Amino acid sequence: MTQPSQPARSADVVVIGGGIHGSSAALYLAQRGLSVIVLEKDSVGRHASGVNAGGVRRLGRHLAEVPIAVRSRRIWATVADFLGDDCGFEVAPQMRLARSEEHLVAMRARVAEMQALGYHHEVMIGTNQIREYIHSLSDEVVGAVACLDDGFAQPYQTTFAIHRKARALGARFHEGVRALGLTREAGGDWRVATAEGDFTAPRVLLAGGLWSGEISATLGEPVPIIPFAPMMLVTTRLPPFCNAVVGAAGVPLSFKQMPNGTVVIGGGRPGRPDAATNRAETTFHPLRLSAQTCISLFPIMAEASVVRTWAGLEAEMPDQIPVVGPSLRHEGLYYAFGFSGHGFQLGLGMGEIMAELIATGATDVDLAPFSIGRFTGGAPAY
Amino acid sequence: MARRLQGIGTPVRFTFEGVAVEAAAGDTVAAALLAAGHRDLRPSAVSGAPRGPYCLMGACFDCLVRIDGAPNRQACMTEVAPGMDVRRMAHVGKGEGR
Amino acid sequence: MVREVDVAVIGAGPAGLAAAVEAAAAGLSVTVLDEQPAPGGQVYRAIERADSGRLAILGQDYAEGRELVAAFRASRAEYLPAATVWNIGTDRLIDYSQGGEIACLRATAIVAATGALERPCPVPGWTLPGVTTAGGLQILLKGAGVVEDDLVLAGAGPLLWLIASQLVAAGAPPRAVVETLPRGRQAAALARLPGALRAAGYLRKGVALMNAVRRAGVAVHTHAEGLEIEGETRVTGLRFRAEGGEHRLHCTAVGLHQGVIPNPQVTRLLRCEHVWDASQHAFRPVLDDDFQTTFPGLYVAGDAGGIGGARAAALQGRLVGMHLAARAGRKVAGKPAALRTALARDLAIRPFLEALYAPDPAILNPADSTIVCRCEEVTAGRVRAAVKLGAPGANQVKSLVRTGMGPCQGRVCGVAVSAIIATARGAPPDTADYYRIRPPLKPLALTELAAYPMIAPDLEIREP
Repeated sequence: MTQPSQPARSADVVVIGGGIHGSSAALYLAQRGLSVIVLEKDSVGRHASGVNAGGVRRLGRHLAEVPIAVRSRRIWATVADFLGDDCGFEVAPQMRLARSEEHLVAMRARVAEMQALGYHHEVMIGTNQIREYIHSLSDEVVGAVACLDDGFAQPYQTTFAIHRKARALGARFHEGVRALGLTREAGGDWRVATAEGDFTAPRVLLAGGLWSGEISATLGEPVPIIPFAPMMLVTTRLPPFCNAVVGAAGVPLSFKQMPNGTVVIGGGRPGRPDAATNRAETTFHPLRLSAQTCISLFPIMAEASVVRTWAGLEAEMPDQIPVVGPSLRHEGLYYAFGFSGHGFQLGLGMGEIMAELIATGATDVDLAPFSIGRFTGGAPAY
Repeated sequence: MARRLQGIGTPVRFTFEGVAVEAAAGDTVAAALLAAGHRDLRPSAVSGAPRGPYCLMGACFDCLVRIDGAPNRQACMTEVAPGMDVRRMAHVGKGEGR
Repeated sequence: MVREVDVAVIGAGPAGLAAAVEAAAAGLSVTVLDEQPAPGGQVYRAIERADSGRLAILGQDYAEGRELVAAFRASRAEYLPAATVWNIGTDRLIDYSQGGEIACLRATAIVAATGALERPCPVPGWTLPGVTTAGGLQILLKGAGVVEDDLVLAGAGPLLWLIASQLVAAGAPPRAVVETLPRGRQAAALARLPGALRAAGYLRKGVALMNAVRRAGVAVHTHAEGLEIEGETRVTGLRFRAEGGEHRLHCTAVGLHQGVIPNPQVTRLLRCEHVWDASQHAFRPVLDDDFQTTFPGLYVAGDAGGIGGARAAALQGRLVGMHLAARAGRKVAGKPAALRTALARDLAIRPFLEALYAPDPAILNPADSTIVCRCEEVTAGRVRAAVKLGAPGANQVKSLVRTGMGPCQGRVCGVAVSAIIATARGAPPDTADYYRIRPPLKPLALTELAAYPMIAPDLEIREP
């Protein structure tokens, strides 16, 4: 680790966390001409940002997240030009399969609710249309709700590309540097203590994923963050049979076949998380259920072998939506963490929004549902 | 070519791609196929180039074959059995894409 | 719900067998899981089936294994042959498959006696059918009495000469031995000769092997460089430079060898600390005096902890078995101190061999167009391009270009990719990192996983 000189230790903004959210915010802040330092305790994209399922999904989002997901999707459309890297992004339907009339009723109600709000990207599709995308499908399936122009991307490749673009725009990344504490100086600047010395800035963005809770608690804003290690597995190559990212009502599943033929299966079966050791461990007893689900929904999967499994450390919030927005206790402190296992698609749009908020003090996106105040009970204290 | 140092006694008969192969009891599928002159056991995952046994001890996975319908079996780790149906696996996927 | 034992031993080579015999003799419950159908590991493979003819070909060192295998058969240790261990949890739950079915076992202590892997030999053409490791040729000979008629052995290391001499004894001498040892190695190794004299038996044997191969009329090319295996769909020849000229040998089989390295899969899976062994040019797990890794309860005996050969492996196995017995409060009959003395004497040859047979620098830095990762067919050039883009280590390169993502999980390419990354970054090899190893250690049929045993109640899962 090279020792940065004193001026290099201060910036307009210090971002804590080099995942997709921290890196993306750094990119957009740098694009706005602000000087940015990113502190990452491991390496960029090491945890949830690099090892998630890579879903570029608007389908089924919490209503509060929909505007952010829609904004993000617009950026995804030009991601190759924007980042100089295609990020492995492929447009494909995301769909959630129904296996009963009850499932269909709930899905129709959701689509109607979305339509009423002016969102038309979620639609009901029938089995004939599903079979256009999935050539090996169980007869149990009776329909699906789908977002036909969602997609998927390569999570590490994407986070790494965002990081490179941010660096090219002048953001300074310090990897292997853990933020140990955050204090406010008399003069007004924040001071971030690390083993490599202190870093200072008038504004700080805490985007440290699972590890954010420790820091927000020391600042009087504790949150009930839950470590969560959703497991993923990838199989041997199969002939092309599925050109959609598939979930299913009533069962945890995220299923897609990559262009190279391998199949990536996730969807929330939890492994064993250990934030202290930075480790998330796969346990196979629960994964057998994912195997059963896949074989029953997609008969060709009986041909597949599991090549590798992994679990990423995610920060889950009790209400399944992240903590985003300004601190309610401290001026110049912002939060973007707790994406609860579905923050990847949001990364690009969220970074743009956070940069706007931090640079101008406001954004036209309604961040109220994501306020840390819902856990701390606080109203703005400054 | 590979050859055997001694006779195989009572042969274990199985097939590779439908062609009859005689093996000695206790042979691995890989050893029996090599001794019978079959070197090309599978297409590589990306380019589809021919591959054959490399490590013969279960480490390299270059001898993966389909045995009695089950894909991805290591020929070097599987003992021959009478009537086994051993086949090359098809080359699938679209190359080195991700 | 899960069966519990005092000791689970993974691998039935000399280290695993010896550990199991000692621990079982002291009254511990011991289960040995091994992938092969019969005990012996690779070094004593098929030893129970070997007739006098096979024993004569394979030599006295091989025959020595009979005693250990017999002792194991006579012991009270439980033996699970043809069992593939594919996961070990931090709760010491062992998942394994036997006959297409998954079973689980929990052990107080686990002994990884998983032996060695061959060092990768990425040269042009090494993926062609007909190219095997030298060790692979020996396995064919031991297990099936199958030999290649039209073979060139290429590379360096004691095993290359051993297999050459065994093939001579079998009446199937290779067409040539092409040794890639760079000039000056003998001189470098000479400094370590005095220490090696403590294990002079190995030196004498080594010289005898080489002489036997030369006496049999096998062509020997030394200081060879620029190996290229020729062929379109199978091996047709080997090209190289030696003795000041270009050579091309017709052959249908090539046996490659650049020495062996510890099999890292189990110790990496459990995230044990590893160090770079500059003398062995390999990573090895950090072990304490009792051969325990940094993961409490996981022990390593034999080559998986650092290359020492079959005899050292058996000595280490016995020491681990005795330690586990003592730790469990059992009476230990043997004398660990005497075994440690014997182990030190046996290992005295190693620094000399390691200096002499350090891997060929060309192998560690293959040309851009040479495939390094055989599974995913990734060239050295693509690894270097990922480094140039800024990928800091083996796992980021893996994420970007898929090295190590195939079914072998990096067993074949791991150290080669780490070395290429380190060189491309201008960093010394001891700073290189290595793939994180993920379960399953070997591909697992999805249908088999679907039938995983009910070892616990299912958790309530929220819908995403």
